[in-house]
Amino acid sequence: MTTASNDPNFEERYYVPHGSHWPVVGSVGLLFLMIGVSSWLNGADAGFYIMLTGFAVIIFMLTGWFGTVIGESISGLYNAKVDKSFRQGMFWFIFSEVMFFAAFFGALFYARNMSIPWLGGDSNNFFTNLLLWSGYESTWPTNGPGNIGGAYEAMPPLGLPLINTVLLLTSSITVTIAHHALIAGKRTQLTVFLAATFLLGFVFVYLQGVEYIEAYEHMNLKLSTGIYGSTFFMLTGFHGMHVTIGAIMLTIIWFRVLKGHFSADKHFAFEAVAWYWHFVDVVWVALYVFVYWM
Amino acid sequence: MNTAAIDIPHHDDHGPAKGIGRWLFSTNHKDIGTMYLIFSLTMFFIGGLMAMVIRSELAIPGLQFVHPEFFNQMTTMHALIMVFGAIMPAFVGLANWMIPLQIGAPDMALPRMNNWSFWILPVAFGILLSTLFMPGGSPAGGWTMYPPLVLQTGDAFPFLIFSVHLMGLSSIMGAINIIVTVINMRAPDMTLLKMPMFVWTWLITAYLLIAVMPVLAGAVTMLLTDQFFDTSFFLAAGGGDPVMFQHIFWFFGHPEVYIMILPAFGVVSEIIPTFSRKKLFGHDSMVYAASCIAFLSFIVWAHHMFTVGMPLTGQLFFMFATMLIAVPTGVKIFNWVATMWRGAMTFETPMLFSLAFVFLFTIGGFSGLMLAVAPADVQYHDTYFVVAHFHYVLVPGSVFAIMAGAYYWLPKWTGHMYNETLAKVHFWASTIFVNITFFPMHFLGLAGMPRRIPDYSTQFADFNTVASIGAIGFGLSQLLFVWVLLTAKKGAKASDRVWEGAHGLEWTVPSPAPYHTFETPPKARIANEAFE
Amino acid sequence: MIRNTILSLLGLALAGTAKAEWALNMPKGVTDLSLETYHLHMMVFWWCVAIGVVVFGVMIISLIKHRKSSGVAPATFSHSTTAEVIWTAIPVVILVLMAVPTAETMVKLEDSRKPDMSIVVTGYQWKWHYKYQDSDIAFYSSLAQSSMEARRKQSGVDPFAVDNYLLEVDRPVVVPRGAKVRLLVTSNDVIHSWWVKDLAIKKDAIPGIINETWFRANETGTYRGQCAELCGKDHGYMPIVVEVVEPEAFEAWVNSHGAEQ
Ligand code: HEA
Ligand code: HEA
Ligand code: CUA
Ligand SMILES: [Cu+2]
Repeated sequence: MTTASNDPNFEERYYVPHGSHWPVVGSVGLLFLMIGVSSWLNGADAGFYIMLTGFAVIIFMLTGWFGTVIGESISGLYNAKVDKSFRQGMFWFIFSEVMFFAAFFGALFYARNMSIPWLGGDSNNFFTNLLLWSGYESTWPTNGPGNIGGAYEAMPPLGLPLINTVLLLTSSITVTIAHHALIAGKRTQLTVFLAATFLLGFVFVYLQGVEYIEAYEHMNLKLSTGIYGSTFFMLTGFHGMHVTIGAIMLTIIWFRVLKGHFSADKHFAFEAVAWYWHFVDVVWVALYVFVYWM
Repeated sequence: MNTAAIDIPHHDDHGPAKGIGRWLFSTNHKDIGTMYLIFSLTMFFIGGLMAMVIRSELAIPGLQFVHPEFFNQMTTMHALIMVFGAIMPAFVGLANWMIPLQIGAPDMALPRMNNWSFWILPVAFGILLSTLFMPGGSPAGGWTMYPPLVLQTGDAFPFLIFSVHLMGLSSIMGAINIIVTVINMRAPDMTLLKMPMFVWTWLITAYLLIAVMPVLAGAVTMLLTDQFFDTSFFLAAGGGDPVMFQHIFWFFGHPEVYIMILPAFGVVSEIIPTFSRKKLFGHDSMVYAASCIAFLSFIVWAHHMFTVGMPLTGQLFFMFATMLIAVPTGVKIFNWVATMWRGAMTFETPMLFSLAFVFLFTIGGFSGLMLAVAPADVQYHDTYFVVAHFHYVLVPGSVFAIMAGAYYWLPKWTGHMYNETLAKVHFWASTIFVNITFFPMHFLGLAGMPRRIPDYSTQFADFNTVASIGAIGFGLSQLLFVWVLLTAKKGAKASDRVWEGAHGLEWTVPSPAPYHTFETPPKARIANEAFE
Repeated sequence: MIRNTILSLLGLALAGTAKAEWALNMPKGVTDLSLETYHLHMMVFWWCVAIGVVVFGVMIISLIKHRKSSGVAPATFSHSTTAEVIWTAIPVVILVLMAVPTAETMVKLEDSRKPDMSIVVTGYQWKWHYKYQDSDIAFYSSLAQSSMEARRKQSGVDPFAVDNYLLEVDRPVVVPRGAKVRLLVTSNDVIHSWWVKDLAIKKDAIPGIINETWFRANETGTYRGQCAELCGKDHGYMPIVVEVVEPEAFEAWVNSHGAEQ
């Protein structure tokens, strides 16, 4: 094996791995996962277990795949260019996530500025209101002219959501401090602040769970509460999922820190997770403004 | 010569693995490119067979072969398979093979992920095709999946949604790989504006992909939750709007059609200079034009929705924006013509396909422009005029460009010249039949034949018969292509440069291209490859 | 079945060319706006032809003159800012010339104010329902029985023997000539689209939403159309027939129709 130590062209020679079975394992996992979810949704109970199997295979694949990459990284196979590829890849992955959220923010925007005013008779929809939904006045929040899901309470911006905002913003600061500590070589500070970050993340997820239970049990606010419920739960739900994934990744990174991984100049995985965490944070700010506040 | 020295295999280099593992576990851009291309050809045939079912049923009035519901399934599956299974993977395959060779990179930037992007596709299409055997049949709501109709799909519904998710996942990972490769892995002397056009158009396409595939994923996710979790995104009673889906879908869908044509522009921009023995005219303005097209593609989506009852200002905006796309596209066409002008042309098969591309794509573009005229689109919309338009830009457009690219680079891949005579027969048969198939559809549409119908009024009989005959002819012609491919290794040995007028790094490596190329960046070779 | 096909093909060869409705182009229609639409269509078409002649002309000249076999040496130019500016600017000008009249027609098309009468059109899987706003006339309109029998798979009935195969309904919409008729289009289930080409109207019928459109027919006659948005298995079988009659005849129809109910 050519390694950094004996190859004069190391910086020029891009490391190309040879053969890997992880992707195919991942595809098999996806196959089971998708067939499982689909047949479960279609009412076949076995689907649920197929889905779990697929999920397990995917976790197995992720562990194996990342394990391989970590191993290669530690044995010094990656030059600066490889590192750059990973960074750019992560950046564009996050961009794709931004666009995914954009679709749901777009739906929220469309509902509030187009479809609801139209159902209320705006623009060229005078007759829509007069003949189909007479008496409906456009407001926000709303469960639509059909009063879908019945009477409900809207989620107030203060209380839990505000606390969650503070938690997430703080966690963005702690992860930055951890990053600086890593660069400065202060391992204890790194460990402590990284731990603080994922703990804040998990508390966020917990509080969101509390909020959801409150919504479902006491406010009659559900996914099925018209367009308000739909956008509320889909946006906050997908966000919550991302926080969960992010917090898990932070935890993994934390264990790697404990094992002594990462150095001041080589810590792509750390940065990738940190970026992801900032992204999750920015999405939350947008959510807080557009979903809870306005 | 420094060129020779660079390509001598490195001591720790090894060739392909043995057996099936080579393909399943490959991280080699050439192997993965090959798999993409084979996959895409397979899907082209499956999608094409579905088109044959459609055309057989439509050959004469009256219902002969299939039930209306099955007809709709064929239409839907035909389009999904062609768009996501044939055209897009074919271009990714070409990108995999050629981009590293053209920019002097050892491989794609993220080789393992490259493998995964590919191996997700068989899963996605396996799932999609399996819906044909489910209760209620496969999806039949059109490839546009408009609610509420698509919510009437049977058991196939969640499978449809998740297979679309998988296609998106594959495309996004493929696109990330391409962007990173192009931005990060270029040989040191290759500045952005020195990049070959194929690389440029793919770079822009990859940006489009990352921007819109997640939006499609979002749209179908909303369908899923509307169906199974009682959300109201597309339900007016709940404050949503069925038309909202169309907005989100076409926000993806319009850039998607440019995703299917920009790499085609790239391929043609490689081939025309080669066989004109003249440098590509206006390389930089080609780059700007492609970027312009990509930008405009984000603000024209509602031209698919002129009949949904949008407010007047919206209609006017989308109409004007759409018409504007003719300008940068025109620049491309004119630059190709200027490249040919006063060249010294020869007409090998890749060039023939490229020339037909320029002619026939332009015709498809013209009908696109007619569709952009909103009041007239009220008449054209959802008729065979639209079907004619998009098959002109997709079949003698994208498909011809793929064929052109395949013939152009085939000797580089196999190391042998393909059978030029048969290839020319393939070309002429395809070109003649493609026009017989799709040209009459313009008349059908103008005369008032709606699309997506299994049976029609007798006044439309003649042209439908003509189109069906053409379609069978076109389909059979493609068997020639397969034959040429299967016998591709029997021809004479190809030289490294293959074509007299070819320029670019890919022609400096041996034919067939060795398993590993450019393990260290080629230096000082780029300038030699420029035309001056 | 094969015999049937051959027979039908023969029938087609004989009957096809004799068919009166056989058409190549968009119809001019019977409203002012359908005529305007037709003219827009032709205007853009001729522009495309003109541009096509120039572009393809230059290309063909090049293909004939600048081939290697005729012994030419390739030129070396690869750039010309002047040329590129010209072929960016000219299309822009052409597009502006197209856009202006198009926008004018567009504005008229959307102006459904002050109608003489209104009809609520509701799409169903797979038929239409019409309700005249100012009277109590309301009815469903479905595919005529004659087509219904012939349309079945391998029905054995020759479509050419059926009058207006797939374009006939049991009860047509009747409107007076010269009146501005406003349609309020909606749907009861999935999206449909109400389209009659001679009236140059196509409007999507969307559940939960009412779209407005209008027409004023200048000539009496029977005008046929079809549902133009995929709406499920019988999407091809929900035609539209509009009968435009003289105002007096319309009066009479309303009266007799009212009595019928
Ligand atoms: C590769 C795919 C591709 C490409 C490149 C295009 C290109 C264009 N398309 Fe097309 N289109 C589709 C694929 C594509 N389309 C598909 C699949 C559908 C239907 C989807 C469905 O409903 O299922 C569709 C539908 C569609 C519609 C909706 C029709 C309807 O449903 O009612 C419209 C309307 O504006 C449209 C317009 C255009 C325009 C203006 C262009 C322009 O980009 C064309 C520009 C090119 C030229 C104009 C020719 C060359 C230019 C010159 C020579 C310069 C000078 C010219 C002038 C100044 C005129 N397309
Ligand atoms: C993306 C690319 C793409 C491609 C390449 C094609 C290729 C073809 N398409 Fe497709 N088509 C679409 C995209 C494409 N189409 C889309 C997006 C729609 C809209 C769907 C919707 O409304 O939702 C559509 C819809 C569509 C319709 C309208 C259906 C309807 O409205 O109900 C028709 C009808 O003729 C048609 C025909 C064809 C034909 C004949 C080909 C031919 O070019 C195919 C030729 C290929 C083969 C035939 C396969 C190879 C050969 C063999 C397998 C050998 C054996 C051959 C024989 C036995 C003859 N297509
Ligand atoms: Cu109703 Cu199509
Ligand atoms: Cu479009």
